[in-house]
Amino acid sequence: MSGRGTTLAEGDSFPKLLISNAALRGARPAMREKEFGIWQSWTWAEALDEVRALACGLAAAGLKRGDKLAIIGDNRPQLYWSMVAAQAIGAVPVPMYQDSIAKELAFVLTHAEARFAMVEDQEQVDKLLEIREIQEKAGESSFEKIIYKDQRGMRNYGESFMESLADLQAAGRAYDAEHPEFFDAEVAKGNGSDLAIMLYTSGTTGNPKGVMLSNDNIIITARNTAELDGLCDSDETVAYLPMAWVGDNVFSLGQSYTTGFCVSCPESTATVMFDIREIGPTFFFAPPRIFENILTQVMIRMEDASYIKRWMFKFFMDLARRVGPSILDGRPVSALDRAGYALGRVLIYGPLMNTLGFSRIRLAYTAGEAIGPDIFDFYRSLGMNLKQLYGMTEGAVFVTAQPDGEVKTDTVGKPSPGVDIKIDESGEVIFRSPGVFLEYYKNPQATAGVKTADGWYHTGDAGFFDADGHLKIIDRAKDVGKLNDGTLFAPKYLENKLKFFPHISEAVVFGDQRDEAVAFINIDLEAVGSWAERLGITYGSYRELAAEPRVYDLIKGEIAEVNRDLAKDAHLVGSQIHRFLILHKELDADDGELTRTRKVRRSFVAEKYESLVVALYSGADHAEIETEVTYEDGRKGTMKADLAIASAATVTAPATAPMKLAS
Amino acid sequence: MTAVADAPAPLGKALGKPILEVKEISLTFGGVTALDNVSFVIREHEIRAIIGPNGAGKSSMLNVINGFYQPQSGSITYKGVTRSRMRPYVSAAQGIARTFQNIALFRGMTTLDNIMTGRLLKMRRGLLWQALHWGPARTEELEHREFVEHVIDFLEIQAIRKTPVGTLPYGLQKRVELGRALAAEPDLLLLDEPMAGMNVEEKEDMCRFILDVNEEFGTTIALIEHDMRVVMDISDHVAVLDYGRKIADGTPDEVRNNQDVIDAYLGVVHDTDKAG
Repeated sequence: MSGRGTTLAEGDSFPKLLISNAALRGARPAMREKEFGIWQSWTWAEALDEVRALACGLAAAGLKRGDKLAIIGDNRPQLYWSMVAAQAIGAVPVPMYQDSIAKELAFVLTHAEARFAMVEDQEQVDKLLEIREIQEKAGESSFEKIIYKDQRGMRNYGESFMESLADLQAAGRAYDAEHPEFFDAEVAKGNGSDLAIMLYTSGTTGNPKGVMLSNDNIIITARNTAELDGLCDSDETVAYLPMAWVGDNVFSLGQSYTTGFCVSCPESTATVMFDIREIGPTFFFAPPRIFENILTQVMIRMEDASYIKRWMFKFFMDLARRVGPSILDGRPVSALDRAGYALGRVLIYGPLMNTLGFSRIRLAYTAGEAIGPDIFDFYRSLGMNLKQLYGMTEGAVFVTAQPDGEVKTDTVGKPSPGVDIKIDESGEVIFRSPGVFLEYYKNPQATAGVKTADGWYHTGDAGFFDADGHLKIIDRAKDVGKLNDGTLFAPKYLENKLKFFPHISEAVVFGDQRDEAVAFINIDLEAVGSWAERLGITYGSYRELAAEPRVYDLIKGEIAEVNRDLAKDAHLVGSQIHRFLILHKELDADDGELTRTRKVRRSFVAEKYESLVVALYSGADHAEIETEVTYEDGRKGTMKADLAIASAATVTAPATAPMKLAS
Repeated sequence: MTAVADAPAPLGKALGKPILEVKEISLTFGGVTALDNVSFVIREHEIRAIIGPNGAGKSSMLNVINGFYQPQSGSITYKGVTRSRMRPYVSAAQGIARTFQNIALFRGMTTLDNIMTGRLLKMRRGLLWQALHWGPARTEELEHREFVEHVIDFLEIQAIRKTPVGTLPYGLQKRVELGRALAAEPDLLLLDEPMAGMNVEEKEDMCRFILDVNEEFGTTIALIEHDMRVVMDISDHVAVLDYGRKIADGTPDEVRNNQDVIDAYLGVVHDTDKAG
């Protein structure tokens, strides 16, 4: 590998940064994609050539300054280039979640008034045609052009408003040859305050909102944080999270274009873990859920390993848990432990990290929700510099991040460069930063609700600073409620505690304005399935396994453990979980129970399963439920079940009185 | 929708000339008559289904077409050449590929290696060259590998490229078997119950792939299937066998409304004619 190229690219827009990178490091790789089993790569100079052809092609096809370009598909180099190409001619890319059903896409497409759509394949084209029909019936103006990347299955589509990406680029190259000054002149018209991108937040309530971010929002934030973490052009990352998510935009475009590092796109969503292993990223982001899945996989595989291997794994992992994080943070550790850790690196940690594709990681972030302390410590003890950050679409991701050497499991770190944070009188976290968004598209009322005239953004999260100046987030401010006896009730905090057990994949806790806390549980099919296999429990489906009495006993034990833990804290002792049931189906985004980023939509779940909530509080030992489910192909069916309800052991409150919530 | 000029005929449009014609085929095993004087034509670019109740002679018919069974009488005309019987290696060399009712993959080999075996007849270098894996043999293998990667991409099985097929779920094994047949770049693809034992989702995927193969590459497909709904949805023509005799032949609609078929195959539930 060549030396670290730390020269930052110059420019206040993405096309300008691209031109700067092509000049600074034209021969270095900008993007890679695995196709037909081989990693194909493009240098910065080649990327500029592709973007130039796309930009000219889009302009020749009629896309104008200020128009919106919808982008729908998996992470593909061509789709990233389309974003930059649109920006080059002053249009605004609007990436959308590729697994959304047509109805969800229709809202965003109509709201954003997208004139052009750039999509990956036939699947997305079919959705767009369906939407077009709906829009035309409703008398709304529809998009004028669909551009598709994959030609497969498209030969029988004769619609005149559709064109392949290859044809568009060819037309663009011809246009460029006729108007050689066009591209540079268009790029020069753009500047930092221009609208760079619109990202629709999936939102736990109501319709999605279009968050408008300027070039400065993303580029200044990306540059500040990349500098702080020492990212440079020899870094490598894998882009596998949805392009419609702000994080992907800031990491895969923002930080890549400012520092010049290479972004690799996986072959397909099913091969992501293999592809990560082949690339060996040095910079990696994953939500806690993914770190948790990887750990679960490791643990399941270790349980099937031979006795000696299991013993070695346990011995060295215990050592790593004890001293690994201290070694990573440069705190003093005894010579004997250091020697043991070095041996462990040779025998266990090194090979394990290599198997996972994490051998070269210098920097890893996680965010989005709380990460289980066990999971967090596991990776850190193996020597991965895993840190937490706190951010949101409206702030171009970075609000706080944990600095190297100051990592704690239960905080989200210190304010990122340029960010001012205050806790207002109600306990809500508010901040002001270069990343604070311009406004919500066509929704001034929503903008006024969260952003003050002098640029402070109200996060809606309840939190406080600890003694070391680290921010600690407890829950959504509006979700923090109280039980009837006045005890603090932070449902997400409880749910996270439950989800830290590998057997529990999802939990929904109720208790606001009730006498006690109760829970819905989703078991983790893989982890519980493997557990059941070892005990010789047979089951045919998720539903059968979920209804198994021994699984109820397993979960009961884990809830009792959470209760014991809660009882240690005077604030939380009252919110122990008294009763629970295991749901007969997994909560699913297709049924509207989770958001597309897989967060529970609590009020929707409470309403949908109202009869179950009633039963949990009625003292009944079972409850019947009939629910509608949506299959992957969009069809609907109903599912009937009779669910058992169980009680969990609780610990009596200690002598201290429960703390009342300040009103 | 207007079809692109040079595209193969889309479904329901005029089909090409006959690629395979079986005439008055009879096949007996001792005293059991498996096929009795069966004739039909498969045209280029069509999806031709052969249906019938258990033991009707469907698999026997496929085995006659690709030369695994020798009929006692009758003739087979393939690409203009008339023979009294096919031989398996002739049929394979002349562009007939097939899949099997009871998956016949190399269970210990990976998906990639299994599909590579489909390229066997396309290999020009001999055993020694290949064993050396050097020079022209290496170049050739790379070309074949590239073709196989296109098949893998087409069938969306990248994630199981390096997985031994014995460990894969049934539906995926079926897909790998289709991949191996496609790797031979067949002109005529014979599918023996491609959807047997699959769940609804797997069946839908398989239908999609069969239609895509037919539309993208113009491959002629003959398939045997139990699932009536699937057959009626994707086929251009359907032949119905019963006790070794052909009792109907025509478009799905014609077959659906044929009284003999209703009696023999569907039972006597006359009022569900249109349910398919």
